[in-house]
Amino acid sequence: MFKYDSIAELVGEAEKRGIKISDAVIEDQAESCETSKEELYKKMLKSFRVMQTSVEDGFDSDARSVSGLTGGSAWKMRKQADEGKNICGHLFGEAMAMALAVSETNACMGKIVAAPTAGSCGILPAVIISVMNEKNIPTEKAVMSLFTASAFGLVIANKASIAGAEGGCQAECGTASAMAAAALTEMCGGTPKMAADACAIAIKNILGLVCDPVAGLVEIPCIKRNAMGTANAFTAAELALAGIESAIPADEVIWAMKKVGDSMPQTLRETGDGGLAATPTGKKLRKQVFGE
Amino acid sequence: MDVFDIIGPIMIGPSSSHTAGAARIGRYALNILGAKPVKADIYFSGSFAKTYKGHGTDKAVVAGILGMDTDDPGIKYSFDTAKHRGLDFAFHTCEIENSHPNTAFIVLESEAGKTVEVQGASIGGGNIVITKINGTPVEITGKFTTLIVLHRNIPGMISDVTSVLAKHDINIGRFDLRRSPKGGKGVMIIELDSDVPESVNEEIKSMKNVIDSTLLKAI
Repeated sequence: MFKYDSIAELVGEAEKRGIKISDAVIEDQAESCETSKEELYKKMLKSFRVMQTSVEDGFDSDARSVSGLTGGSAWKMRKQADEGKNICGHLFGEAMAMALAVSETNACMGKIVAAPTAGSCGILPAVIISVMNEKNIPTEKAVMSLFTASAFGLVIANKASIAGAEGGCQAECGTASAMAAAALTEMCGGTPKMAADACAIAIKNILGLVCDPVAGLVEIPCIKRNAMGTANAFTAAELALAGIESAIPADEVIWAMKKVGDSMPQTLRETGDGGLAATPTGKKLRKQVFGE
Repeated sequence: MDVFDIIGPIMIGPSSSHTAGAARIGRYALNILGAKPVKADIYFSGSFAKTYKGHGTDKAVVAGILGMDTDDPGIKYSFDTAKHRGLDFAFHTCEIENSHPNTAFIVLESEAGKTVEVQGASIGGGNIVITKINGTPVEITGKFTTLIVLHRNIPGMISDVTSVLAKHDINIGRFDLRRSPKGGKGVMIIELDSDVPESVNEEIKSMKNVIDSTLLKAI
């Protein structure tokens, strides 16, 4: 059984048997959870369907969050993409829009799937669903890629952290981006080693990102950072699929992420006391919501 | 941890600790009351006290008291639902000493006038720990069927109660014995590996020297 304490373990097993990481993971999980692969697939499909709904729920131009601070940006981004006005083409524009949509659904008290957290819930669905739709990839392949995503997430959770309060935003949006990069690489035909490289590159690019939510709420800057995490996942997967390797192996990158998180001051770990939260506008918005 | 701890839970946003966890504390308080609640006084401490409005923690706790799960879209509209169902609720902020930053203290009253006091903490990822019931310190995650047995503090009580469980082939996952602050009564908190029929609870309740027994379903 997998220990989920290294990416090398996942890649090694998949390479040895000539299978995808997702196939090795679903098999392993069926054994350790004493259930069948079919049951696990069904459960993941259910999560995937909730992800799809959370995307569409987010495209409401009038929606506002509970605090009143955010809402409506997903609709603007999709309009831009649909009108062919965005710079990087329809797929990229639509992916940005989906990331914003799921994050705004979350801020508006809609139903989402934490992936790995609620604050970073837009990245994985945006990456997987936008590419699946644009390239007519079968649903089964998309759902299976989520097993790869979660296995990478498990390793990061075990060896570093997936909580902003412990490791900053690199632990939340960084992990989500790495999970999405690995899953996208596999879904687009990359090898297990390429998926590991995509994971490494994604984390390297976000290393050190702080968690500084305005008023302590999962809105500013979290919603836009989901769009950024999505873009970063595409960058990492594109590089890996082109055969570009990460100079630092994924497991060492995750180790670095842990060290960087540990050395972050408390004010930059979800306390709402540092970074953007401490700016004059950040403080003004806090007052607007809580009247302090 | 398994893959669904990473992709999951399916929940109503915006925060697993401030929304999903809060709903579960409310739901467990309902579980302990075991009847239709008509009045709820909800006290928020620490981070909950500071940010409950922005995270919808207030709506989530009320939704939980109404029996809603963490993925129920009705959480957003729980205040209206509470009014329709005749539940009066009020929020208060306070500072509960030596408690987790995300702590709620809930006083529930049923139609028949029964009241319970439940304190719980939301410890991250939607997980909770119930830390006090009617003044007695406890430690309940809500993930397992749990039996709370209030009894006279005399020798042999543990073996009497556990032999009833053994007779019905029910395995104990965790056993915790406390002393209630009032009158030095004993409190057993027993987490069980499987579901337990109410008849087993009734059997324990009817035992000599058992004052009360409450069977709480996992949530």
